[in-house]
Amino acid sequence: MKLTLKIWRQSGPTAEGAIHTYQLDDVSPDMSFLEMLDVLNEQLNDQGEEPVAFDSDCREGICGMCGLMINGEAHGPEVTTTCQLHMRSFTDGETITIEPWRSDAFPVVKDLVVDRGAFDRIIQAGGYVSVNTGSAPEAHSVPVPKDDADRAFNVATCIGCGACVAACPNGSASLFMGAKVTHLGLLPQGQPERDERVVNMVAQHDHEGFGGCTNIGACTAACPKEIPLDVISQLNKDLRTAIKHGH
Amino acid sequence: MDMPDTVTSTEASHSGLLDGDYDDAIGYYTPGEPIVDAKAPSGPIAERWSNRKFEARLVNPANRRKLSIIIVGTGLAGASAAATLGEAGYNVKTFCYQDSPRRAHSIAAQGGINAAKNYKEDGDSVHRLFYDTVKGGDYRSRESNVYRLAEVSTNIIDQCVAQGVPFAREYGGLLDNRSFGGVQVSRTFYARGQTGQQLLIGAYQALERQISAGTVSMFTRHEMLELIVADGKARGIIARDMVTGEIQTHLADVVVLASGGYGNVFYLSTNAMGSNVTAAWRAHRKGAYMANPCYTQIHPTCIPVSGSHQSKLTLMSESLRNDGRIWVPKNQADCDKDPREIPEEDRDYYLERIYPSFGNLVPRDIASRAAKNVCDEGRGVGPEVDGVRRGVYLDFADAIDRLGRDAVANKYGNLFDMYARITGEDPYAVPMRIYPAVHYVMGGLWVDYDLQSTISGLFVTGEANFSDHGANRLGASALMQGLADGYFVLPHTIRDYLADGPFEAIGEDHPAVLEARESVEQRIEHFLTVNGSRSVDSYHRELGNIMWEYCGMERSEDGLKKAIDLIRGLRDDFYRNVKVLGTSESLNQSLEKAGRVADFFELGELMCIDALNRRESCGGHFRAESQTEDGEALRHDDEFAYVSAWEWAGLDERPVLHKEDLVYTAIEMKQRSYK
Amino acid sequence: MKGARASRTTIALKLGMAVSGILFLGFVLAHMYGNLKAFAGHDAFNEYAEHLREIGEPMLPHEGLLWILRVGLIAALVVHVYCAVVLWRRAARARGTHYVMKKHTGATRASLMMRWGGVTILLFLIWHLLNFTIGKVNVQGGATNDPYNLLVDTFDVWWLTLIYIVAMLALGAHLHHGIWSAAQTLGWTGTAAKRQRAKTVGFVIALIVTVGFSLVPLAVLAGIITK
Ligand SMILES: Cc1cc2nc3c(=O)[nH]c(=O)nc-3n(C[C@H](O)[C@H](O)[C@H](O)COP(=O)(O)OP(=O)(O)OC[C@H]3O[C@@H](n4cnc5c(N)ncnc54)[C@H](O)[C@@H]3O)c2cc1C
Ligand code: HEM
Ligand code: HEM
Ligand code: SF4
Ligand code: F3S
Ligand code: FES
Repeated sequence: MKLTLKIWRQSGPTAEGAIHTYQLDDVSPDMSFLEMLDVLNEQLNDQGEEPVAFDSDCREGICGMCGLMINGEAHGPEVTTTCQLHMRSFTDGETITIEPWRSDAFPVVKDLVVDRGAFDRIIQAGGYVSVNTGSAPEAHSVPVPKDDADRAFNVATCIGCGACVAACPNGSASLFMGAKVTHLGLLPQGQPERDERVVNMVAQHDHEGFGGCTNIGACTAACPKEIPLDVISQLNKDLRTAIKHGH
Repeated sequence: MDMPDTVTSTEASHSGLLDGDYDDAIGYYTPGEPIVDAKAPSGPIAERWSNRKFEARLVNPANRRKLSIIIVGTGLAGASAAATLGEAGYNVKTFCYQDSPRRAHSIAAQGGINAAKNYKEDGDSVHRLFYDTVKGGDYRSRESNVYRLAEVSTNIIDQCVAQGVPFAREYGGLLDNRSFGGVQVSRTFYARGQTGQQLLIGAYQALERQISAGTVSMFTRHEMLELIVADGKARGIIARDMVTGEIQTHLADVVVLASGGYGNVFYLSTNAMGSNVTAAWRAHRKGAYMANPCYTQIHPTCIPVSGSHQSKLTLMSESLRNDGRIWVPKNQADCDKDPREIPEEDRDYYLERIYPSFGNLVPRDIASRAAKNVCDEGRGVGPEVDGVRRGVYLDFADAIDRLGRDAVANKYGNLFDMYARITGEDPYAVPMRIYPAVHYVMGGLWVDYDLQSTISGLFVTGEANFSDHGANRLGASALMQGLADGYFVLPHTIRDYLADGPFEAIGEDHPAVLEARESVEQRIEHFLTVNGSRSVDSYHRELGNIMWEYCGMERSEDGLKKAIDLIRGLRDDFYRNVKVLGTSESLNQSLEKAGRVADFFELGELMCIDALNRRESCGGHFRAESQTEDGEALRHDDEFAYVSAWEWAGLDERPVLHKEDLVYTAIEMKQRSYK
Repeated sequence: MKGARASRTTIALKLGMAVSGILFLGFVLAHMYGNLKAFAGHDAFNEYAEHLREIGEPMLPHEGLLWILRVGLIAALVVHVYCAVVLWRRAARARGTHYVMKKHTGATRASLMMRWGGVTILLFLIWHLLNFTIGKVNVQGGATNDPYNLLVDTFDVWWLTLIYIVAMLALGAHLHHGIWSAAQTLGWTGTAAKRQRAKTVGFVIALIVTVGFSLVPLAVLAGIITK
């Protein structure tokens, strides 16, 4: 396959960026999208141009490190991570536009790399169960209905990639936050801190500069782990309950 | 930077050689004093850990804030340790090279985590887990360590459940277990095919909780590039802020490395792209012994290589072998046919044939080697890469008939989806293709029972240490070990060391600090100024090929010697001809890779020397010179029941081999047989 | 964010929008019902308008309930618009840099039009109140003290009808997304089935409101409703 790549290049956090155009021949449909970029980078390196910086680590769709805006879609045209997207999803001769995640809360570090530290700080605000090492009761002392456990697992599969934020016209991280609030809210272990958790996480979310959700649903469509919109409903409900409880 | 003159394989030196004349590694190393683990407790095996915990001195809670701990790595081993030590009140700093601690490579573990809970009442116990692990490791691990691991395994599950880890459950609401990787009891706890993710997120959340409490400071996108050893003690690290390029000095009373495994020395492996040996290797160069570096685990169920652009390999969870049947065509002529058209009688279910009692569930090394053998015979399937078809079928047709498509989808759905996405084939309709790939390293920095390396004040946990797995690791035991080390072992053993602290403060102008900083700066400067003609990746790929070819599944004296020569030549060329563009003052991924590959060269050479020395087939690796008449691995307990602990002697010098004898009191050494 | 207040969050603002939006919805449905009385003829419609002003008498003064309603609606409008403006500004800041290329996969057009649709409705409302309530503007120059006749005079003018129809389409789109959105904001859509139901309800009500309101102006224009 032959491709024309239009890639956002930006040399540093405060530098001006711009789209650069590159030609790439000899792309195999079996390559992953990132392997295609590896090939481009080899080519650039040979030509003496600095390779394009982009994040990836596991390259199997689980670490959440990768993430590119590909032709206007977060993680590209398939429901998967950028590293699991393969070139067979594109056609010979296509022009592909590649940009970093755009969000005030995810500043660009370089080229296609952004800083998603805001997600960690949202978790710091309450995305955990406060249990010190060694103080846990016997695991079987608290049964959890299978349905709840399964649902909790399903939403706990969020990989923190940020595609939801990238896709959301409001730049909201509600899907990410909702996934954590729902995961812990479904389990007995998560109950004692439930109200504080949601209030503190949402407050941190707002503080980081993410937008409010207007239930557009672009987030869930972009989510590689198919986290459903249910979690945002649950998030809203938990916050409403917290207000009721006087938080 | 000066490059070593290569030591050629013919230049054999017998100086001080103690062992018999079979030692293939003569001339490549210097024999050293044997070592003993001074901290290893004695007494009845079941009481050793509680005795050690009791003996370990306490640190007054009021003093803990004054004691600082650096932890490199936020995988299961690092994050769990950081959270626990933070809770205890120490002043902790943690580092990872990713943009968030949640992305550590542990996230990718699929299958599950073992624990001797015996919830199934199927005969499991701490003792049986201990026994299985020692046996699985082919009697090359320390019994005291393994027993401790089995003992604390049950606490791990309690801890994780309390954190909200959503393990799979049964309808009654209690935890479900499955049997995994060659054991006959169901002791593996799992969260669909994403156990590592769920465990790591649990540990990550505990860590983030401490970060917000202010007990732990987190440094993301910071890469440790050097260890600071001052006055004989590990006192800090030199790290590079990967975003600004700033070289930073971080000082502490004690340093913990939880930096993961080095499987990426093979270039293609199932490890994350950034997994590296740098943290461990820098410590090795400063005096920490490297133990059993050649012990690598090759995993039988990975998606085969599809072409030369391949950047990494993807593991399909081993749990697939519970229901999938492995086969290749009996006749070479059938290899390029549609597998569905090959009749039952023309299929060779070779594992079921050779190992009737374990069948498709034989341990990883056996399954891997058997796959390699049938492909070497020319009966492999899938596309030809470099003229050979490297793949065997993993067929779910029977399981789908027996259990129904939904049940199969329920168990393995996400794995099937992943396979379909990568290969473009539908595994519900066509059998999957699999091939072995490098997956895990049992080797690592040598540690004593307290997890302390040969450098005082340097502790090593998780996959980075030479660990509890001997020559081979049982499935679902790495997660167990990482969390055991981090939550339950290190916090106890490190306090004994810290009881002597806080140590006298050293300044940033201490000669050891200056030396470490300078060496880091020089290395970076070197890479950026060579301005040669080849990319870092191209060197890495070539090194990987050498390692896979000669130090992979099957090794031989000739091959290993050839590999050593090739590696030395390539490394030499690398330093002269690598091309790293850009500057050090910003994010520079080529520069990061260059540093890692440089260390892989040195490690790769040591791995070959270690493999050369170990002229026996055991655990995950097979020496062509040591096999039974029917081609099975042959172990030599009389000669090789030791841990090889290698001491760095300098860049052009032969490494020094220290042997730690393995003594079993609670278990009897047996040849494995899975027939 | 320790010690954060739930009522200061973006979600609290959203709750404000949802509650005020639902109040609007109640009013709009009742209003539509009232409007449809126009089909029953001059007297029925005017009686209904008069009746509105008499409900609750003598417990309440004349137009008492109407004023309560008006105050409620004004308060709702203030809340709704205030929250909309704050959230709009936050969202604009959150996505300060635009994409060179952006597709809105998974988003309905209605959901992307909420803000400009709301502005359209607000402009319409101003005109509408000038037209029928505060200003009583009769572009045909006819009487303004007879609601029924004012209505017929108004919609006999094609471009006035057009303005109303456009506004009703904007309202329909706003409600199509707004109703399901409010359900989601209030946390009533915790499963895929409930979500689907809320979306269906939203669509149906939006359709009823758009068609229901549009019938009267169109009927006037078509000469079905005459003085
Ligand atoms: C695909 C796959 C599946 C697996 N499945 C299973 C399974 O089912 N069950 C099981 O028990 N085991 C499994 N394993 C093995 C297991 O996942 C690993 O052995 C284990 O997670 C290692 O954990 P760790 O904490 O030691 O290191 P890692 O999780 O690798 O963490 C390493 C950390 O060190 C940091 N780091 C490394 N170098 C530096 C540096 N120089 N400077 C700063 N930071 C650095 C990294 O950022 C990272 O945070 C699997 C492995 C793979 C590859
Ligand atoms: C006056 C001008 C108006 C403006 C500027 C406006 C604007 C908005 C905006 C920006 C939203 C948020 C989008 C969302 O949450 O999905 C919204 C939601 C909504 N609006 Fe309006 N609107 C206006 C009038 C109305 C009217 C007249 C009604 C009812 C008849 C209404 C009903 C709703 C409903 C039900 C919602 C959903 C609330 C939610 O999201 O939870 N709005 N409006
Ligand atoms: C084609 C559609 C509409 C028609 C024909 C119509 C007609 C009228 C009429 C005749 C009145 C005067 C009633 C009276 O004074 O007794 C009125 C008042 C009003 N209408 Fe409408 N209307 C329409 C749509 C709307 C819509 C969509 C809204 C809101 C979003 C709205 C809001 C109001 C309000 C707030 C009043 C004033 C009520 C009061 O306080 O007295 N109308 N409308
Ligand atoms: S919710 Fe989905 S899109 Fe958002 S961070 Fe999690 S996995 Fe990524
Ligand atoms: S796209 Fe944005 S508006 Fe809400 S539903 Fe998703 S966060
Ligand atoms: S690189 Fe890990 S999810 Fe893509």
